Amino acid sequence: MNLLALILLLLLGGIAAGVSSRWNKDAPRWVSLAVLIAATLWLASVWLQAEPGGLYAVTRLPWIPAFGISVYLEMDGLSIMLVGLTLVLGIVAVVSSWSEVDHRHGFFQFNVMWTLAGVVGVFTALDLFLFFVFWEVMLVPMYLLIAIWGHEARAHAAMKFFLFTQISGLLMLLAILSLVYLHYATSGTLSFDYKELLTADVAGPFGFWLMLGFFIAFVVKLPGVPFHTWLPDAHTQAPTAGSVILAGILLKTGAYGLIRFVVPLFPEAAMDFSWPAMVLGAASVVYGGYLAFSQNDFKRLVAYSSVSHMGFVLLGVFAANQVALQGAVMQMIAHGFSTAALFMMAGALQQRLHTRDMRKMGGLWMRAPRMGALTLFFVVASLGMPGLGNFVGEFLVLLGAFQVDIPVTVVAALGIVVAAVYGLILMQRSFQGTPAEDASPMADFGMREMSVMILLMVALVLLGVYPQPVFDLAAPAVEVLVGLAS
Amino acid sequence: MSGSLPLLGWIPVLPLLGFLILLVTEGRLPRMAVAIIGAGSVGGAALLTALVGQSFIGGGHEVYTHTWWLWMNVGGFDPAIRLYLDGLSLVMTGVITGVGFLIHLYATGYMADEEDYSRFFAYMNLFVFAMLMLVLGDNLLVLYLGWEGVGLCSYLLIGYFHDDPANGYAARKAFVVTRVGDTAMAFGLFLLFRELGTIEIQPVLEGARTTWPDGSSINTLIALLLLGGAVGKSAQVPLQTWLPDAMAGPTPVSALIHAATMVTAGVYLIARTHDLYLLSDTAQLAVAWVGLITLFIAAMSAIAQRDLKRILAYSTMSQIGYMFFALGVGAWSAAIFHLMTHAFFKALLFLAAGSVILALHHEQDIFKMGGLRRKLPVPFFCMLIGAAALAALPLTSGFYSKDVILLTAFDAGPLGPLFWIVASIAALMTAIYSTRMICIVFFGDLKKEPHDHSGWNMTVPLMLLAALALGGGWFGLSAVADVLPDGGLDGAEHATWLALVTAAVPIAGVLIGYFIYGRGSIGQPRRLDESASGEFLQAGWGFDTLYDALIVRPFVRLAQAMRNEPVDRFYDLVVAFAQLCHRWVANTQTGRLRWYAANMGIGLALVLGLAGLLL
Repeated sequence: MNLLALILLLLLGGIAAGVSSRWNKDAPRWVSLAVLIAATLWLASVWLQAEPGGLYAVTRLPWIPAFGISVYLEMDGLSIMLVGLTLVLGIVAVVSSWSEVDHRHGFFQFNVMWTLAGVVGVFTALDLFLFFVFWEVMLVPMYLLIAIWGHEARAHAAMKFFLFTQISGLLMLLAILSLVYLHYATSGTLSFDYKELLTADVAGPFGFWLMLGFFIAFVVKLPGVPFHTWLPDAHTQAPTAGSVILAGILLKTGAYGLIRFVVPLFPEAAMDFSWPAMVLGAASVVYGGYLAFSQNDFKRLVAYSSVSHMGFVLLGVFAANQVALQGAVMQMIAHGFSTAALFMMAGALQQRLHTRDMRKMGGLWMRAPRMGALTLFFVVASLGMPGLGNFVGEFLVLLGAFQVDIPVTVVAALGIVVAAVYGLILMQRSFQGTPAEDASPMADFGMREMSVMILLMVALVLLGVYPQPVFDLAAPAVEVLVGLAS
Repeated sequence: MSGSLPLLGWIPVLPLLGFLILLVTEGRLPRMAVAIIGAGSVGGAALLTALVGQSFIGGGHEVYTHTWWLWMNVGGFDPAIRLYLDGLSLVMTGVITGVGFLIHLYATGYMADEEDYSRFFAYMNLFVFAMLMLVLGDNLLVLYLGWEGVGLCSYLLIGYFHDDPANGYAARKAFVVTRVGDTAMAFGLFLLFRELGTIEIQPVLEGARTTWPDGSSINTLIALLLLGGAVGKSAQVPLQTWLPDAMAGPTPVSALIHAATMVTAGVYLIARTHDLYLLSDTAQLAVAWVGLITLFIAAMSAIAQRDLKRILAYSTMSQIGYMFFALGVGAWSAAIFHLMTHAFFKALLFLAAGSVILALHHEQDIFKMGGLRRKLPVPFFCMLIGAAALAALPLTSGFYSKDVILLTAFDAGPLGPLFWIVASIAALMTAIYSTRMICIVFFGDLKKEPHDHSGWNMTVPLMLLAALALGGGWFGLSAVADVLPDGGLDGAEHATWLALVTAAVPIAGVLIGYFIYGRGSIGQPRRLDESASGEFLQAGWGFDTLYDALIVRPFVRLAQAMRNEPVDRFYDLVVAFAQLCHRWVANTQTGRLRWYAANMGIGLALVLGLAGLLL
């Protein structure tokens, strides 16, 4: 598979969608959908045809040889899973905002597609310069999605998102350049190649600061406490497609960065830092969960729950044993599906009720039983019910982390109790309880929404009862980390 | 492997299929079809259980396992989804599918007037599936799957009437309180995996026996953590507060989940992992004390209730206390025996109470009932039998199981006589409150005209359960003999006086109850609930008030205070600082030439001066 072609497909598809709005305002979303489905099928065929356990695709082209920069894209099991997640949730995002966008249809789809292209690049680039380029490519269109099609406080939220990610991106750029220079100074090779840089000698305090630069950039994205405050605003204000992509996919780039770059490039520094990192993870779990409970805004609650769930990923990555790492990977995938569904629900409610305030909801189950039942399902998934994917992720993270640090794990496990509290209160305040005064009929989900929702449900059930394919795909990347950490 | 054992795999699958069909059809099926699927799937499972049980007993109680698939395999953690049939899980499966089927059948009539008929049976079938996974799983992770699953269904069914926020609160309370216990249990699993490298039940027990010495502290810790899970699920002190509120669910739910099956899961867990408790006197004594305290507290509270279902809820709590107590004093088989007989008579009591409540148009206050024995003969006789079994009157099923527990307790070490006295006092109370309930509800003047319209589908389950509540204890329980360490019910010899006193206690209780609430005071029953101590008992010894003040209210208040993201205050400072700098610098831009010229002069002077100093 030519990975550059895949990314170009998305980029060009975005342009085509943008242009197509000139002759029909409905055309852009169809173009996006068609391109995303085609890309997904392409990826699926690559996955099915390849030998399991190896690399699925490598693309290597010269770019700026003078600085040791090349177009180096590679897809292993971990990458193909995350790229698959990106494409599937891309479809979900397009479908979920099918009728929500009311102006500039073409430019909207353009931004969606370019964000997705950037993310696919991030998940596959193994040249650090190229990685950084994609890192920026995914941010700018996302900023525009929030700033143009967002809700009432979109300008503030978009700016906050932009500043947090730009400042942390700058940190990462500095770290990349310093790393490359350090490697050049010690070995005489000027290269941005990931595999070359793996051999860099980064022992000592300087290596620690470089590691911290990467770490902060990725933890802002993840997001971990205390760098998370851009997320509730951005998620709440973004249009539904934006929230789905942000929570479902963009957050995973942070987690991916930790797994792919921070630990492999700086194994010693990262392991020295593992205790603080695990503490941050546990703190995110509890703090995010607690603030989720305190919210009145449906979408904000779901946003904070993401902070909590991604805390498990941080905890799992730095616990750095096989069980915890596989749990972290599973949590990334499962959280992508469950949160995407909940944000889609939030968007659907906003479209129907023109509010996200749960104080104005209540008793919606009677008006839209399908939406009620689906929300129940995804809430139950996200509070970690065995038999669904999120449970496998969280249980393995805790099981693995427990072998490393018991007190931190105990704190993180409080998150499970808190998740029950906020998940069920969300259900109560929106769909259960006494109906609001003006209980006018509300359109329930139709075929279009149901097909996406059923897809996500089936995915979570499969991940929950037969998660082994995910573990097998992630195994090579995970084993590298386990080897480095011990 | 003989006969029909391979059918074991279908037992949980049938209710799961029932659930899936009801889920996919989204309530569009006619009621008759829903009833057939909902009750039929559990009935089918009960039939299969009978067949499997026959083969199992015919095959000399040989353990049978049935593997579905390897759930996952990560870094040495490789739980399989496998069913494990031995005497203990067979008894549990029999209770779940047998009693469960009767309750489902009853519910087809009881719920007939409710909207969302299909949703009710979907949840009920899902519950039966999860409960079966809990007792059949051969791995603690599969058990945990069932454990959480039944908790979810309990939540869904307590809050079934979800338009009333109070029901929602009760449902969430049940889920969250039990989850506190579940989290303790999860730590138990983590520790087991760390210490023994597996959480498959039989290897764990084997490993515990062979690697840990008697009284090993790590084993004690694990046993106590598992006890934490059991305490939450089985509504024992200190996590008992959710059960009385759980009565908000429809009455068949109370019968199935909050009496016969789910709440006894804790008893099952401890019986299943009994080796861990045998190795730790501390943990086993803790089990005994938890049971003893709960059975006493709950029996006292039951006397002060005025809501018929809450009487039964407290009595359930108390009877499960007896089961824990039994496990703690080493009467292992008696605990499971009492679990079974209790399932019979408490399901009967709840269903009969449901018929009364339905006939009185959802009236649950016993003081608004009275004189119903002639108007509602079937519920009356059923409740009479159930109450007799609950009080443990001789010849009823409850007598046989409770008697063994009390007698074994007497011999349980130096504390034995004390245990026996407290448990006997509670037994006396049990008989008193059972009598009180019968007297107030069925005797005296008729206060409200009942309208009985129960069909065969409600009457037949009542009759069958009544037969079980009466005779279900006559034949003992031999199936668990080779699973549990005490080797069955035939315990030691006991002094004649002890046996006589133990058997006489319930009779004395009934007589006392009759003198207080029956004969003389019919029409003006003593109102214990109006005194201060009565209110204290009615409110369940103030646990709710305590937890509200210590945990719930501070939690909510702090959450409200933190709603607007305290961490953002730090970033606000950064923003404020940037704005301050901005304003400060902006002030220099006045547009006046004189000001610029003067500044340039000062700047030049400064630079030159600085240069002069440095050079």
